[in-house]
Amino acid sequence: MRIPILKLHDYLLISVQVELDDQTALQFQEDVLEKIHEEGSRGVVIDLTSVDMIDSFIAKVLGDVVDMSNLMGARVVLTGIQPAVAITLIDMGIVLDDVPTALDLEQGLDRLQLELED
Amino acid sequence: MQVQTHVDIHSEWGIVAARQAGRKLAREIGFGSVDQARITTAISELARNIYLYANKGQIQIEEATSAGKRGIKIIATDQGPGIKEIRRVMEDGFTTSGGLGAGLPGVKRLMDDFDIDSELKVGTTITAIKWLR
Ligand SMILES: Nc1ncnc2c1ncn2[C@@H]1O[C@H](COP(=O)(O)OP(=O)(O)OP(=O)(O)O)[C@@H](O)[C@H]1O
Ligand SMILES: [Mg+2]
Repeated sequence: MRIPILKLHDYLLISVQVELDDQTALQFQEDVLEKIHEEGSRGVVIDLTSVDMIDSFIAKVLGDVVDMSNLMGARVVLTGIQPAVAITLIDMGIVLDDVPTALDLEQGLDRLQLELED
Repeated sequence: MQVQTHVDIHSEWGIVAARQAGRKLAREIGFGSVDQARITTAISELARNIYLYANKGQIQIEEATSAGKRGIKIIATDQGPGIKEIRRVMEDGFTTSGGLGAGLPGVKRLMDDFDIDSELKVGTTITAIKWLR
């Protein structure tokens, strides 16, 4: 399963709509980095509205995508994390350190704009 | 009526199958969306540990009852290598595989009851229960 990545000007927009099995998550990580490189993207919004579970493996993959993208010079904003998912992550003691988040895609784009201004 | 399901874990797909089965049963038993997420996440952690460290094993998910309480019970069993550093695995951040080391301490916090029974070269059984409130 491949997660579609849309390009909008300097940004990449990704809405995760499938069950994140391990293969899909790792493929996704690779695809995002490739696409940033290909398009010279400055920012990425990953929307997690449809994701109903994030375990330690998926959390690590997401955190790594953020770190790797930063290394490549692109900022990543995570949006739409469901309340149940946020609560579970906190229960698990998993903190997505320094990862910018926003409520939805639209606010995610605004957040990116801010991140990229300073 | 007692409801229960078994999922064999011998590939990554087993992890997905186990958590889907767990979410379905949790919903049927009457857990709300936050507890469904907790239970599904706990199952995912236990199933992945089986796949990573023991190659294969089984997740059994069943309805639990005790003194008028109702809940869901997860039993993760494998005949793998067993857990060497049984005391340390419950520390946040302890990992032998470059993971976050958040799995087992996380499962303990997500669920209400938690028990590990592990013997070197024999295998590991982890039991966790979440009660309906
Ligand atoms: N079923 C098992 N059989 C043998 N060893 C296990 C088993 N489950 C866990 N372990 C051991 O316990 C350690 C801690 O497990 P835990 O799930 O807490 O963290 P992790 O799997 O290393 O990382 P994470 O779950 O955060 O991705 C593992 O690194 C492994 O050495
Ligand atoms: Mg683990």
